[in-house]
Amino acid sequence: MGEFTVHRVRFFHYMPSGICAMAFNRRTERLAVARTDGSVELYSRTDHFFQEKVVPGRQQRSIQALCWVGKRLFGAGLSGEIAEFDLDNLRLKFSQDAYGGPIWSIVCNPQGTHLAAGCEDGTVKLFEILEDQIRFERNMGGQKGRIISLAWHSSGTKIAAGMIDMIKVFDLDSGELRSRGSRMQQSQECVVWSVLFLSDIIVSGDSAGKVKMWDVNTGTLIKNHQVTEWDVLTLSVSQDETSLFAGTSEGTVVQFQLLDVVLGQEEKEWVRTRTFKNHTHDVIALAEADTVIISGGMDTQLVVRPLLDKLDFKSRDSSLLKILFPQRSLVSCAKKAGLLLFQYPTHLELWRLGDTEGHGPPGCILPVSRNPEKLLHLKIKGEDHVCCSAVAPCGEWIAYSTTSGIRLYRLQRDNKNVSITKVPKLPKVLRHAHQLCFSPDSSHLYGTTSSAVHVVALTSAGCKFEHSLKPNSCVEPFGNESQEISDGKFLASANSNSEIHIYNMHKLKAHCTVPVYRSGVSAMGIHPETNNLVIVHADHQIFEFSIEQMQYTDWSRRVQKEGLHHVWLERDTPVINVTFNPQNPNHVILHDSYMFCIIDQSLPLPDRKSQFHNQLTLKSLPEAERLKHSHAFKECKLYQPLLCVDMLENQSLVVVERPLLDITTNLPAPVRQKKFAT
Amino acid sequence: MAALYEATTLCVLNVGPGGSDSGISGIEPSADDDQVVVTDSARSVTVYKVSDKKALGSWTVKQGQTVTCPAIYNPQTSEYVVVTDSKVIRVWKDSDINIDRAFKTTVSADVWRVLSVPDSEPLVLFQRGAVRRLDTLLADPQQPVENVLPEEAVIRWSAVLNVEQQPCLMFLSEQKGETLLLMQRRHPDSAARYRLEGGEAPLSCSALPCDGGVRLFCLYSSGSVYESVVPIRGAGGVVEEVQPLPRTLLLNLPVGEGKLESASAVSLDDAHVALVGVPHPSAGPGKDFLCIWNTNFQTLQAAKEMAGRIYGQLWCSCGKLYVPHGKSLSVIPFKCQKSSLAAAMGKLRQAGSNVPASGLYTSVPSWTAATPDMRSTKRTLLRSRDVSFLRLNQFLEDVKIASAEEVQKKVSAFLSNLKNLHVIQVAAGGLASVLVSRCQEQPGFYPHSALVQLVHSQCLSYSVCPHLLTLALEKKDYALCQFCLQVFPDIPEAVACSCLKAFLSESDGTLDTVSLERDSVAFVEGLIANSTQEGGETQQNGFCPTTQVEDGGGGPTHTTPAVLTRSSMPLDMKCPVGLHKAVLLNEILQVAYSDCFLLLHLKTLSAPQVILFLQYLQFLYGKYSQDLHTQVSALRSPAMTQILDWICLLVDAHFTVLVMAPEARELLSHLHKVVRLQVKVFSELGKIEGCLQALQKAKQSGDVCQYSIEVIELF
Repeated sequence: MGEFTVHRVRFFHYMPSGICAMAFNRRTERLAVARTDGSVELYSRTDHFFQEKVVPGRQQRSIQALCWVGKRLFGAGLSGEIAEFDLDNLRLKFSQDAYGGPIWSIVCNPQGTHLAAGCEDGTVKLFEILEDQIRFERNMGGQKGRIISLAWHSSGTKIAAGMIDMIKVFDLDSGELRSRGSRMQQSQECVVWSVLFLSDIIVSGDSAGKVKMWDVNTGTLIKNHQVTEWDVLTLSVSQDETSLFAGTSEGTVVQFQLLDVVLGQEEKEWVRTRTFKNHTHDVIALAEADTVIISGGMDTQLVVRPLLDKLDFKSRDSSLLKILFPQRSLVSCAKKAGLLLFQYPTHLELWRLGDTEGHGPPGCILPVSRNPEKLLHLKIKGEDHVCCSAVAPCGEWIAYSTTSGIRLYRLQRDNKNVSITKVPKLPKVLRHAHQLCFSPDSSHLYGTTSSAVHVVALTSAGCKFEHSLKPNSCVEPFGNESQEISDGKFLASANSNSEIHIYNMHKLKAHCTVPVYRSGVSAMGIHPETNNLVIVHADHQIFEFSIEQMQYTDWSRRVQKEGLHHVWLERDTPVINVTFNPQNPNHVILHDSYMFCIIDQSLPLPDRKSQFHNQLTLKSLPEAERLKHSHAFKECKLYQPLLCVDMLENQSLVVVERPLLDITTNLPAPVRQKKFAT
Repeated sequence: MAALYEATTLCVLNVGPGGSDSGISGIEPSADDDQVVVTDSARSVTVYKVSDKKALGSWTVKQGQTVTCPAIYNPQTSEYVVVTDSKVIRVWKDSDINIDRAFKTTVSADVWRVLSVPDSEPLVLFQRGAVRRLDTLLADPQQPVENVLPEEAVIRWSAVLNVEQQPCLMFLSEQKGETLLLMQRRHPDSAARYRLEGGEAPLSCSALPCDGGVRLFCLYSSGSVYESVVPIRGAGGVVEEVQPLPRTLLLNLPVGEGKLESASAVSLDDAHVALVGVPHPSAGPGKDFLCIWNTNFQTLQAAKEMAGRIYGQLWCSCGKLYVPHGKSLSVIPFKCQKSSLAAAMGKLRQAGSNVPASGLYTSVPSWTAATPDMRSTKRTLLRSRDVSFLRLNQFLEDVKIASAEEVQKKVSAFLSNLKNLHVIQVAAGGLASVLVSRCQEQPGFYPHSALVQLVHSQCLSYSVCPHLLTLALEKKDYALCQFCLQVFPDIPEAVACSCLKAFLSESDGTLDTVSLERDSVAFVEGLIANSTQEGGETQQNGFCPTTQVEDGGGGPTHTTPAVLTRSSMPLDMKCPVGLHKAVLLNEILQVAYSDCFLLLHLKTLSAPQVILFLQYLQFLYGKYSQDLHTQVSALRSPAMTQILDWICLLVDAHFTVLVMAPEARELLSHLHKVVRLQVKVFSELGKIEGCLQALQKAKQSGDVCQYSIEVIELF
């Protein structure tokens, strides 16, 4: 296969944000996750929790609660506003002040007609959901004490509100308060962090570490479970109300189940059954999705824990999944100039890679003759966070987009001096892009919105709008553009519905579409020489589509016929990037968070029984026998976790690593726990 | 070595008012070794028989009169002499019942002390420093007495010693912050004055005669014991000018906080000092001890806790120490042996280890600390202890005359009876010396098994009984030699070398009749057997077994890879000496030595002896290189480093002889090859070292850094 020089980069200090709210939509099987930086991520449950969309965050925005109403997603936070997210354009649709101070919780009624918001001033505010807005209907309560948590009864007539030291139940029909106030803790203040309204009982989780079951009618305590010494922060119940989960400050998730007291008899009781410890920090949000429990918290990772752990066969669905890194690339690489652009939420950093003059055997570290250099630190204007960014291959242009606008900069470098000038007069149509990229010769900038691909020609004088490309069969709203890769002649763009459109850039019109596959497109790339489009889906299927012949290539057909190796298909993080080796047209380079892989298309595919990770075996074999045992997938796990793998023009690899230890050391301290012998 | 035996109470004290005074002003030897004259500080003089703890006679002066100086016994006339009211000298005999009716006379000046002189008339020392013989003074009591000392001078201490068969009187006087030592001799009539260094008056003094002078031991309140040697001038005449008296620090005892107030030191022999009132170094405060210190090694040799108050008084008479403490006067027999480094080290090790303070005195049990249920048996035990000390002396006397068989029986009975290790050590040394000197005197007498038993008791060291090993060599008792070589930790290089010579020159035939220790014999047998059986056999596929790492020269070590040596050296050579000779030579190899001393003595070996020994060493080396010795297990076997060191020493000592001797040529060339191989191996190891360091460096640099450029290879 060969030797590669690897630039091992660890100076991208990417730091994920903590998870502060979650909502699972059972109808669309989508999970919405809000993070502390104000961003909202959408994951598809059916597609192995593939991260489909990201609504970028915004400074000062804090989301305390998320709520699905049909296909619409609402969020509310300490700013006191209720907002709806536009999931097509990936930004806020509208936001409306509830005039009740910070909002701690919102819920929608089972019928999907009303929203209730729990406010700082102690009121529960009801809003009617209209087509494009929400309308205030009435106030309930209004005494002292903030409302921390809310739960709506399935009949839609009662709301339970968790406050400090008490739970109130409101009757919506009569509008009267059926207070069930009982001091929950004698000695100290007790915050009811979470309530659930089941058909006959109310369940509360509080800061005393207890999960309590209350009788709805009498307001008496039925059962008390001491779960932890710290706080119970969140509760979640399964749809059939037989299973209950509580997330605690210790990072544990505790399951309760409604089980028969005596087998075969009617009487049932809530019994504490299982405890999962997958988090190091507070579990702030929980979502139950049929067979899995999804938890998230301050340690920034999303943990999907399957509940059916007695399965005999191992599959992606039955194994624990931890999502820690974004499933899109935050790094763009200028292959010709050897530059890296790092995308942070509020700024961009441009680095020039170092250099070496040394040579050495495999495994050695070469002396660095020139250290990497930070050329640019670009702060973002405005409060919106960056949603995408790109650097041109020649390194002369930088573009980024927020939800409010796109900015293009021209970069001039001469002998250690870097000057940057903003390019004025960007075309009006290009107000916001989901994805930005430059053509390989750096002459064009492509930006995609939800409806079209806009082409801007770049010259030294400035920029000029050239064309807007729209797909031939303009179906429905376009969805959002997730990926878009181009070579000089063709440009391909994929949307969240897994539709891939290919445009001919010479003729400036749509060329063809690729047959739709059931799984989302996680990465794709067009080969610079053969113009073959390599597509990798979230379920790790790989297709190769010949753009010129408008059909799948032979290699792709062979892959589909022989099937991919089960080890490859069982990988739990999606492929983030596809790139090619300029020296060897047979080489396709893929990477996900924990490995990168070079696919040699000239070699046979691994069959089901052969060893997939065979690098060590091959290393120990004499050279003559290697070819006999080698297969197309050359996997390398030396570097992890990976944020980016790309190949420069001089055939050296760039690997951007983010060690887990660096992330965990930057997290706030977890609650102190007495450990044995400390 | 020194030991304190069980204490007995001689009498009950009339403690003075306030309890600060013991009520005893002096204890002097009497007519018999077993009798002492105890002088009360008030009015009475009592003669005790020590072994019976019984008063033989007691005399009291009238009320209003006081005894001002300790009574002495004049063996010349069998009379007791005492001074009352400073000026009245009284002389009486055992038969006198009332002291007032005995002879008395008044002298013209105040008397400080009457001092008994061995084999001569007692001397009377006046307070102003004049000295008279008692008989001349009694002949003319009112004779004028000159003033040697000024009026303000106070005499602190006085003593009479026999130096060069002449009595020598010395006393310390303190005046104006200056302490002077005055020394007077009758023949030739001379007097000398010395100024003590430091000025301060010592708390306690003690003097011993030595070659050409007197050794003066002074204990100061700082806890230091100084020694000064006062020369005895041959020429007579009175030297008027005061000479400085240099002193050397012997002991610096831990005093704790403050200074010593009441303490006393008595020198027992040239190396031991008994001290009372000085705190024990490892006991807590509030306890008083009688300690015997070795001044040569500054080690505590024996200690005994003294219950009750210590008055800082201590007398020594006829091998017994007299200590007033609490309300009784205790008599403690002691024994000091010639001190040896080995014995001192033994005690020092015990004292240095962190044994709890109570564990230190196990050798001398303190009966005052006995549990109540032991009290009932105390009396009988006390007696048996007491008896054991007396019995030892008797036993030694017996051994001097008994036949060899009887000696053997007595010794084994003696060793089995004595359970106390400390006492055994003292006793065994004495016993061995007695036996050895008897053997030297009587050529026919040689108690082999008794000596072997003594050596086996592990209580002997070379320095305790230096002539034992030489005696064994003279008598060709090689078995005893072997035991001595194994047991003694301190054999001098000269003796080890003479043993070596004796072993080498002895014929194999004679040696093979000697019965030696089984284990060592088996070890050599194993070596020789291996050389005949497996000599020609090659090791499997030439693989070199793991080389042992040298563990500080402790066990047998192996430094040369066998394969390298094998290729160029006849390692399967025959053993050049007989079995028993090899065993004895092995013992020599394991003796501790210092190479620069040994080298001198090695030069006295003759050329054939050297060559034979070298051949044997070479044989051993070959065996060790083959790793065969690991198959032969033995408790004691020479280490590889010991073998190599001896080879080096031998070649160093006899290099020219070996070069000249034609029969040594082959030997030398083989040894040369060995050395060359060793050098080669080490240079190879040196080369590897660089690689290993590089590897280590490469591993270390794998740590986290922000940026690196690496090379990887995919297959």
